[in-house]
Amino acid sequence: MAVLLLAEINDGTLSLDATSKAVTAAKDLGDVTLLAVGASAKAAAEEAAKIEGVAKVLVAEDDLYGHRLAEPVAALIVSLAGDYDHIAAPATTDAKNILPRVAALLDVMVLTDVTGVVDADTFERPIYAGNAVQTVKSKDAKKVLTIRTSTFDAAGEQSAAPVEDVAKADDPALSEWVKDKVAESDRPELTSAGIVVSGGRGVGSEENFAIVEKLADKLGAAVGASRAAVDSGFAPNDWQVGQTGKVVAPDLYIAVGISGAIQHLAGMKDSKVIVAINKDEEAPIFQVADYGLVGDLFDVVPELTEKL
Amino acid sequence: MKVLVPVKRVIDYNVKVRVKADGSGVDLANVKMSMNPFDEIAVEEAIRLKEAGTAEEVIVVSIGVKQAQETLRTGLAMGADRAILVTATDDVHNDIEPLTVAKILAKVIEEEEPGLVICGKQAIDNDLNATGQMLAALTGWAQATNANSLEIDGDHATVAREVDGGLQTIKVKLPAIVTTDLRLNEPRYASLPNIMKAKKKPLEEKTPEDYGVDAAPRLEVVKTSEPPERAAGEMVGSVDELVTKLKDKGVV
Ligand SMILES: Cc1cc2nc3c(=O)[nH]c(=O)nc-3n(C[C@H](O)[C@H](O)[C@H](O)COP(=O)(O)OP(=O)(O)OC[C@H]3O[C@@H](n4cnc5c(N)ncnc54)[C@H](O)[C@@H]3O)c2cc1C
Ligand SMILES: Nc1ncnc2c1ncn2[C@@H]1O[C@H](COP(=O)(O)O)[C@@H](O)[C@H]1O
Repeated sequence: MAVLLLAEINDGTLSLDATSKAVTAAKDLGDVTLLAVGASAKAAAEEAAKIEGVAKVLVAEDDLYGHRLAEPVAALIVSLAGDYDHIAAPATTDAKNILPRVAALLDVMVLTDVTGVVDADTFERPIYAGNAVQTVKSKDAKKVLTIRTSTFDAAGEQSAAPVEDVAKADDPALSEWVKDKVAESDRPELTSAGIVVSGGRGVGSEENFAIVEKLADKLGAAVGASRAAVDSGFAPNDWQVGQTGKVVAPDLYIAVGISGAIQHLAGMKDSKVIVAINKDEEAPIFQVADYGLVGDLFDVVPELTEKL
Repeated sequence: MKVLVPVKRVIDYNVKVRVKADGSGVDLANVKMSMNPFDEIAVEEAIRLKEAGTAEEVIVVSIGVKQAQETLRTGLAMGADRAILVTATDDVHNDIEPLTVAKILAKVIEEEEPGLVICGKQAIDNDLNATGQMLAALTGWAQATNANSLEIDGDHATVAREVDGGLQTIKVKLPAIVTTDLRLNEPRYASLPNIMKAKKKPLEEKTPEDYGVDAAPRLEVVKTSEPPERAAGEMVGSVDELVTKLKDKGVV
């Protein structure tokens, strides 16, 4: 059995955490060939070759792949698909954009956000905002899946596997990149951070979010947000944690002024230790919290920042 | 330009889901069902295009049980012009897979020739996030998923997409498939007069056979189980106590 796994590479930079966790899930399925795609992908490919369990790395380096547009990348994967039984990727927004397109081009179903590999045909995935876990068996000849990285450990290191170039595929020429709006930050990346501090509607404004950010910086943590905080413009969209945002499972998750709607819990309830700070003692977030503190966040959070 | 909006009937997002004791699925008998929230955003966006004079007609389509009629009527009450119901099963527990949905939608597209399709990014029941991308593959069209904003100019659409790193703006050739994210718009409520009017708008009934699509599932659900429960936590009385507990746990 052979697996083709799309490495997560952005502007030439490998997301080692996401890729390595996906390798852990994929290596039970067979020999893992990583596919490194981008306008510059060589350096990322060399780095990815050292992820334990990777048998080979294929590099498709071309301007066509500069912004990981779905149509050209899907066409490339389909051109390589013949040799593989499984086609996989970490469940990032890029892969969620690309892999369902690949699956339909191959006339197979896609399994997204896989949290468990039972056997080569059988997988577990959460449904209904994580309120149920479904075990599904695929009857398709090829399996196309995205892997929820928060449920797998990162793979170790090895001496580098061979790296080979592959030819680019045809350009469907349907879409073009215009621009990116990316906030530069020195904080750790949300989905791989050991500690996450998230703020909700209770924080009240974009300015007040500084309170949450100060606590995060004291802890070397990433900052997250609820949908309400993003919708209200307190925080950027890429901070949203939840069913339809990012899924995180850090060692410590601190929820500040977040009520604990199921859609939010879906994105953080696998965190090892959960702390909730909320002025409403009835807030549902306390039902999943290891430590709950009832109080006004404007008093509690600065005090906590100081005492840690 | 016609705009096609696929809408799914799903469990209401406020309902607490119960897994059936025998592991056969989730209990959907007598629970409140609604239009998938992302699809409300899609309908709203389509109606705004019509109000702006960019679109002439908005067609809502649903595939599933016959009760999805109610979902389509909601779309019509919001302002869609007509509806297509494809009855593919009579069991509310039978979820039609995105690949099948996309194949049926591809046939609807052949007949209707819309200039744009706006789907939700994700159905909140199966959480698959796949149908729009699959439909784009089958039609050979461009796709712009997770739309945060959408602008049509001539034969192109410019879409800002919500991605892991922030926002990515792309320009796609029309016709195209767009999927909605939460910040695209705030869907309107249907007014009572519009709900009454919607009852008289055309709703065409079809089956997968009419489109020559085999609706047999590719995935077999082996079992459905409860997620692991978290152990009960404790309330702390002060910041000092919290700091002590976190230090004892070794997490700070
Ligand atoms: C289709 C769909 C998808 C969704 N996806 C997501 C998702 O991915 N992520 C997500 O988070 N949500 C998501 N939601 C939204 C979700 O249902 C909730 O609306 C949202 O999580 C609420 O955010 P909140 O807890 O910040 O706000 P609220 O529910 O308004 O809670 C605010 C909390 O702050 C507390 N508070 C207020 N002031 C203070 C103070 N001074 N000190 C301390 N506490 C205070 C209040 O007691 C309250 O508990 C989704 C909803 C839908 C319909
Ligand atoms: N049975 C269905 N009928 C109509 N539209 C659907 C159906 N299933 C999925 N869709 C559309 O595809 C989107 C994504 O669904 P999914 O791929 O299942 O997460 C939804 O938001 C709808 O717009």
